[in-house]
Amino acid sequence: MQPPLTPPRRWPRSLVRALDALATPHGIDRYLEWVDPTWSVREVRGVVTEVRRQTAGSVTLTLEPNANWTGFEAGQHTVLTVEIDGVRHRRCYSMATSAHVRDRFELTVRRHPGGTVSPWLHAHARPGMVVGLSPAQGDFVLPASRPDRLVLISGGSGVTPVMSMLRTLCDEGHTGAVAFVHYSLRAEDMPYRSEVERLAAEHPNVRLLRAFPEEPGRGELDGLFCDAHLLAADRHWRDAETFVCGPAPLMDAVRARFEQEGRLERLHREAFTLAFPASSPGAGACGTVRFQRSGVQIDADGRTLLELAEAAGLRPASGCRMGICHTCIRHMAEGTVRDLRTGVTRTAVDTDVQLCVHVPSGDVLLDL
Amino acid sequence: MTSALDRSQRHEFPEADARPESSPALRHHLTPEQVEELGAALDAIRLRILTELGQEDVDYIRNVIRWQRGLEVAGRGMLQLALLPPFWLGGVVALSLAKILDNMEIGHNVMHGQYDWTGDVSLSSGGFEWDTVCPADQWRHSHNFMHHTFTNIAGKDRDLGYGVLRMSERQAWSPRDLGNPVYALLLAGLFQWGVMLHDLEVERIASGERGWNEVRPLVKGMARKAGRQTLKDYVLFPLLSGPSFLANLLGNATANLTRNLWAFTIIFCGHFPDGVEEFALEETLGETRGEWYLRQLLGSANLSGGPLFHILSGNLSFQIEHHLFPDLPARRYAEIAEEVRALCEKYGLPYHSGGLGQQFGSVVRKIVRFALPSRG
Repeated sequence: MQPPLTPPRRWPRSLVRALDALATPHGIDRYLEWVDPTWSVREVRGVVTEVRRQTAGSVTLTLEPNANWTGFEAGQHTVLTVEIDGVRHRRCYSMATSAHVRDRFELTVRRHPGGTVSPWLHAHARPGMVVGLSPAQGDFVLPASRPDRLVLISGGSGVTPVMSMLRTLCDEGHTGAVAFVHYSLRAEDMPYRSEVERLAAEHPNVRLLRAFPEEPGRGELDGLFCDAHLLAADRHWRDAETFVCGPAPLMDAVRARFEQEGRLERLHREAFTLAFPASSPGAGACGTVRFQRSGVQIDADGRTLLELAEAAGLRPASGCRMGICHTCIRHMAEGTVRDLRTGVTRTAVDTDVQLCVHVPSGDVLLDL
Repeated sequence: MTSALDRSQRHEFPEADARPESSPALRHHLTPEQVEELGAALDAIRLRILTELGQEDVDYIRNVIRWQRGLEVAGRGMLQLALLPPFWLGGVVALSLAKILDNMEIGHNVMHGQYDWTGDVSLSSGGFEWDTVCPADQWRHSHNFMHHTFTNIAGKDRDLGYGVLRMSERQAWSPRDLGNPVYALLLAGLFQWGVMLHDLEVERIASGERGWNEVRPLVKGMARKAGRQTLKDYVLFPLLSGPSFLANLLGNATANLTRNLWAFTIIFCGHFPDGVEEFALEETLGETRGEWYLRQLLGSANLSGGPLFHILSGNLSFQIEHHLFPDLPARRYAEIAEEVRALCEKYGLPYHSGGLGQQFGSVVRKIVRFALPSRG
């Protein structure tokens, strides 16, 4: 393993422009990356400096981003890019560290059996590995003026964004009431367990409430999310700002409770699952194609994405209509599509598709 | 005929209207079933390679890119001392090789979408720009779409003579064709500029078919790209080299010229050697996928040579395989070629291939021959 070189600090804009003019048409980044893979004047990249396995089913990476990283707000996420067998994969992960630490951050990735990226990271993440990053994004963040009452609810690896919030608040010496409610099947599955316990012990304003449904009596709470848990967290939860991140059933249960009380504006949610589920892959024509930019949608009927777009009144650039010229490639935010040439169906997020040779095989969200 | 052309300009492939008496399949004594069988066999090859793609293919192209960047930096570096003849010569050789690799093995192939499956933005067909004056987006239209879809169809494939040369019996002779050899020489020397102007379809502007409104965005794109390229090669690097200004400028010009001549030579050997077929629009109407494959096969010719020759030609030496599978990584063509050749033998089809000297000689003879009206 070779120690990471110091990435060039932010270079003056005029220098970058001059170098780009000399390096046209590729741009100076395409040369710098051969000196050191983290070097770039534009792109955010990072090097893994530490790999920890806190629980059997997760891996925690510490990353040092290059100079293009401008920090984050507690609760935000980054799009991590890793290359697996030659293919770049992108996934969203929340930073788990305090927002006041600027030069490194932590991501905790739960291993999804049958997944692509998480099992790979679990098996192959090593110090020295260089990954692609996006600037921090997402509006699941603490309000700038910190609320007096906060309820942070998480399930499983959904703990990461609220962990960042908790660490950030503790770093700030925040004195308002913070209830930290967490659900994991067993105590051993809870990432950051000892640190949360330590923070709760050191900060009288932090209340820790955990439920481990497979180990009744082990946590401060028992069973799944319910009204009693919310009351135990904060009797005045209706006046608190509540943040929730976790599996869909937990998110749905919390949302239903807040909706019932007419308090939805006080609930902040973060989910990393498909916004709408894909229909069963391989099935015939099904699903709806939504065109994000134009705001129109059309039901799938066996025609290609290109034909559907045209039927919906759009005029995307296209050429050969047989999959060879790559003119009609468009960005697919999420969806399930079948390649007419190979018959292969795939469900993907944040990827490019050739409109003329793909038919929807489920719902599709296109950048068009 | 006119209606079919109109339709194609709306970017739709011609549909079956009337079947002509002659067709590529009939000429080669193939039944429709055999043509579809051939198509299915080629589809199977494509599918197999697609499932095999992986780290090796990405590592290969990144390795070529690293060589390209290295040669370019070395070439530019040596040309800083261009006043000293050994540095001038070394710089020109390195920079010429860098430009050839950039355009042929990297640019042309990446822009075909051969590496789109990697999800790497620097290897994506939509994002790549190459080191020539031709803007990548215009190239993708004139080449990936027009040429690769309508390969060798007279009146449709503008690569058939590039709008300046008479390269086929199917093109009527006019007295201006007497200049064929001169035009070819000019095109070879100024190849990157010819490629740049290609998407303008100058002859359609002259005939009034194409108005200024349609052309303006293209011209703007060309001006922007050519401006940047010129600034780099003929102003900035010469200025940086101080007293070597003129020698540096001449070195860069020589590297561009070398690349132009090489690209012209390789590309003209792809479709113009003797025996390679051209097609009439009528006989390609309503083409099936099998028939499309057949046309690509009959309309292309390979060049034989060693591994380095294939890399420097951007694997266009496997023109046949490239036209069958334009979006498979070009490094795979060599392994596919044997299967394609076997298929050709099985169906009694010609598989055009020859050495560079032989093939280019036949292209030159054709350029000269078609300067004169066809006999009989």
